[in-house]
Order: sequence, then C-alpha cells, then structure tokens
Amino acid sequence: MPDTAHETNDSHGDVDEGRRDFLYMATGAMGAVGAAAAVWPFIDSMNPAADTLALSSIEVSLAPIEEGQSVTFKWRGKPVFVRRRTAAEIAEARAVPMDDLIDPEADDERVKDGKDEWLVLVGVCTHLGCIPLGQKAGDAKGEYGGWFCPCHGSHYDTSGRIRKGPAPLNLPVPPYEFLSDTQIKIG
Amino acid sequence: MSNPEFSNPIVKWVDYRLPIFSMMHHELHEYPTPKNLNYWWNFGSLAGIVLGIMIVSGIVLAMNYTAHIDYAFDSVERIMRDVNFGWLIRYIHMNGASFFFIVVYIHMFRGLYYGSYKAPREILWILGVVIMLLMMATAFMGYVLPWGQMSFWGATVITNLFSALPIIGEYIVTWLWGGFGVDNPTLNRFFSLHYLLPFAIAGVVILHLAALHQHGSNNPLGIDIKKKGDTIPFHPYYTIKDLFGLGVFLTIFVAVIAYAPNYMGHPDNYIPANPLVTPSHIVPEWYFLPFYAILRAVPDKLFGVLAMFAAIAVLFVLPWLDRSPIRSAKFRPVYFIFFWVFLADCILLGYCGAMPAEPPWVLISQLATAYYFAHFLVILPILGLYERPVDLPLSISGGSPDDDAPAAQAAE
Repeated sequence: MPDTAHETNDSHGDVDEGRRDFLYMATGAMGAVGAAAAVWPFIDSMNPAADTLALSSIEVSLAPIEEGQSVTFKWRGKPVFVRRRTAAEIAEARAVPMDDLIDPEADDERVKDGKDEWLVLVGVCTHLGCIPLGQKAGDAKGEYGGWFCPCHGSHYDTSGRIRKGPAPLNLPVPPYEFLSDTQIKIG
Repeated sequence: MSNPEFSNPIVKWVDYRLPIFSMMHHELHEYPTPKNLNYWWNFGSLAGIVLGIMIVSGIVLAMNYTAHIDYAFDSVERIMRDVNFGWLIRYIHMNGASFFFIVVYIHMFRGLYYGSYKAPREILWILGVVIMLLMMATAFMGYVLPWGQMSFWGATVITNLFSALPIIGEYIVTWLWGGFGVDNPTLNRFFSLHYLLPFAIAGVVILHLAALHQHGSNNPLGIDIKKKGDTIPFHPYYTIKDLFGLGVFLTIFVAVIAYAPNYMGHPDNYIPANPLVTPSHIVPEWYFLPFYAILRAVPDKLFGVLAMFAAIAVLFVLPWLDRSPIRSAKFRPVYFIFFWVFLADCILLGYCGAMPAEPPWVLISQLATAYYFAHFLVILPILGLYERPVDLPLSISGGSPDDDAPAAQAAE
C-alpha cells in the first residue's frame, strides 16, 4: 500500500513542500485569529458592566464633619475615608523626610490646593485589600497616628502613607473635585 | 483485550454494540493489581467517592441557594433551618470539602513516600497535581458562596493576590471581580464556576485513571510486577478492601458531621458579609494554611505570591527533581528520614499559617518555607546522586522473577 501511494504522488511530480507548509501555516494563523476574536466577547463580558460603571461617582457633603473627625463613605463598593485633619496632624505629615517613606510622596500632593485639612482616601489596604482601622474614635490608629491594618500589620500615617508593614503603597487618593467649599464629588 | 463470554443475552446484545461490560471486566476483573498493596492505597478510590458525595450534595444545595449578595446568606440559613434535611446536606458538603483534602493529601504523601511519581507514572502524578489545583480553586469559590465575613474577606485577599502582578495586575483583578471590588458580579461568577469545576475535576480523574491503568498501581516495594504470582485481580480483592476502608472513612465522616460539624469552619462566617469592616484575624480554611504561610513568609508582595504558586508548581517537576531510580522509601534509608522531615515541615507551615503574622511566627514561616523548597530543589537531586539504597527484593512474591511455578511459592 505505501508503495502504491508513493507512485501515485510521483506520477503528479514532486510535492511542493514549501507551498504545503505555507497553506498549513496560513490556515492555522487564520484559525487562531478567528478563535481569538470569538473568545474576546466572552472574556470582556466578565469586565465591569455598564450599570456597574454608571454607579462610579458619588457626591459627599463635608459640612457635618468636625475637625479631627473621620467619616467613611461607600464608593464603588469600597470605603472612602474622608478625614478633616487637625493642624497638628498636617504639620506631622509635612515634617516627615522623604527618605523615611516606603512610597515617597509629599503630603501636599495628596490633598487639593488650599484644602490641606481635607484628606480623601480609598480605605483599602494596598497589601491584600483589608479595611484599615482608624476611622472611629476608639480604633487603633497605628504607630504613625493615621490608620492601622489588622490583617497583616500595616501602619499608615496622617497622610495615609505606608510607613511600616507589608503593604507596598500609600492608601490611594481617589479622583475627586470640590464642587463648593462643603461639597465634593468622588469619581 | 480478551472478550469474556457473557451468559445474559441482554448483556451480550449490548456488549456487542457498546463494549462497556467487556471494558468493566477488563479494567476491574482482569486488571492485574500488585498483591501487596497496603491500606495507604485506599485513598485514591476514597477520593473518587468523596468527589461523588460532593457533586451529589452540591447539586441538591444549588436547588435552594440564591447567588445574590442580598439573599445568599439568608438562603444558606434557610437551608439550615427550613429545608428538609438541609442542615445535613450542607454539613455533608461543608465537611466533605475538608475530608476531600484530608484524603487527597494522604494520597499525595503516599505517592511521595513510595515514589509513585517516578517513571513510567510521571503523567499520572502531574494529572494528580492538576486535580489538586482544580480542587483548590473549587473549594475557594465554594467558601465564598455563603457570603459570610470570611467568605467576603477571603475572596478579597485571594483575588488581590493577582494585583501583585506588575502592570496588568489591576486590570486582571477588576476583570476577576467584574467591578471595583468583590461584589454581586463576583458572587455570580464564582457560583457558576463552582458548579462547573467539579465536572472538570471528574474529567481529569478519568484521565488520571486511564494513565493509572496503563502501567498499573505502584506498590509498597516500589518494584515492577515480574510474574503472574505478583498480582491478584482488582475485583473482588481490592473492591472489598476499598469497601472496608470506605466503611471506616464514613464512620469518621459521619461522626464529625454529627458531633462537630463546625469544628473545621470559622465562626466569623456566620456573620453576614460587610464590605466596610474587616474581621480582625483573617484565616483561610485549614487546607490552604501551609500555602498561606509561604505567602506571608516573604516580605515582598509580588515575590510572596510567586513563592506561593511556586510551592505548587514545583510538584509538577518533582519526577525530574528526584533522580533516584529506587521508588519506595523502604529501600532509601536517607530519603526515608527526609520524607518525615518534609511531612513535619508541611505541618509546621500549616500551623504558622494559622498564627498571626508577628514574631516569632514570621521567622519560623521563613525557615519552614526555605526548607520546603530546599527539599525539592536541593535535597532530592543530591540524594539521587549519593544515596546508597538497600538491596531490593527480586520480585513482589520473593524468589527469582522467572519462576512462576507453585513450588517456588511454597518455598517462601
């Protein structure tokens, strides 16, 4: 049997291996591109849906917040910490040399110009996503007077910067703007 | 495959068209099994039975469960209080997950002790590691479904592991969540995948069995089958031995379900999930503790995550790290010691994983993690070169591998 097949091939002349390889590769490449294009809608369907994205901004009134007080708001399913800092807390945050910081960032880059007392943070530990303590009067605030994450022991200062523990980054400042002196829009 | 003669005409008719009876005869009755298997060989079939128990109890639970953040916790409580035997079925499923890991971990350490991963059973072992990975994913997502505090924060911490990846990490985590945090879309997809993955496990189990039946079981001596007298048919000898083991297992399983159903759980999971309050001490389920300890042992976030995944990945290449041609630890006096040290190290890691991440546990975790990797990457390769094994017996039944005569058996 193999002999006969071989002779049949010979009767049609030599097989053009190059052309056969090209056809094989082109078919495979076309199939791969098509499959990737068909898979994308399924992958993307797992990304946040339009209604989830639509809920992504909130307006918050600052009027009831006293000096030294912290209030938690829920934004995108996560807590946002709004702290009205005392003059001492601001001074403490500004006095820290940059070299002492794990994730160096000046305090005035983390607040809006002329609004030094208002610190707005996403209250999610940058280590593995726990909620740090420090919002309530009786909470442990950590060694630097800001927040303390009980899960794996990260300490944040009065600017929400990471000072000690396994978290790699400062508590992030969410996108927000002042609509008036007592009203902000987060998101 | 020699086809047996069936006397029942219906069996005959079916078998001629679809040879399932021939196959069962071949794989169960003719299938030659080493005659010296001890009780550690029960845990493979036991794992298969537990998988069955989990699928059946899970299907029934899904009939009463609601995958929505507002209803999930209450629907589980309704199963516990109002659904007929719901408490029993949920406790079976909940404890079944723990027992599944107990059985599979014993099955794996059996393989490590007797060198069951060595040629020609490398793919058999690798498929087993794949099954373990799928089990971990399934168990993790199942634990999220009751939507208690540990469900929510376990899901948050574990999904956040992926944020450690540079550049793409944040996008991957958002994609996993389907939002900006663990929320309703996350719960829905976890339920969907939790229902799917056990069937994927069942598929890999079939491949695992196909690979097993290609060369048959390893045995406590770790030597190949040399002659017919070394083997006995799987049925009835090992079916009855497996059934006895199943009886012992079920006795323990039922005792735990009846008397200590929450012993291996965590009380915080009976508090409904609250995205704004983290429990003071987050602990994963016990079967993840050694890996959790490895994660926390490394001070850097990215490298901690990589070390944790590497701890499982190293198992895939184990057949090529252990260079010794001798399978069973019985004939490897040095490996024998290191096997028990490694087992102790894994238990120590598990203990560290349950402790808070503070001194002295951080340092102990780091040393135990270093030893875990050293066992695979340093000790095993070196032992393969320098260890002097004890003389192996000639065959499982003793005597020369050639003679199969009854006289030789009598001379034992």
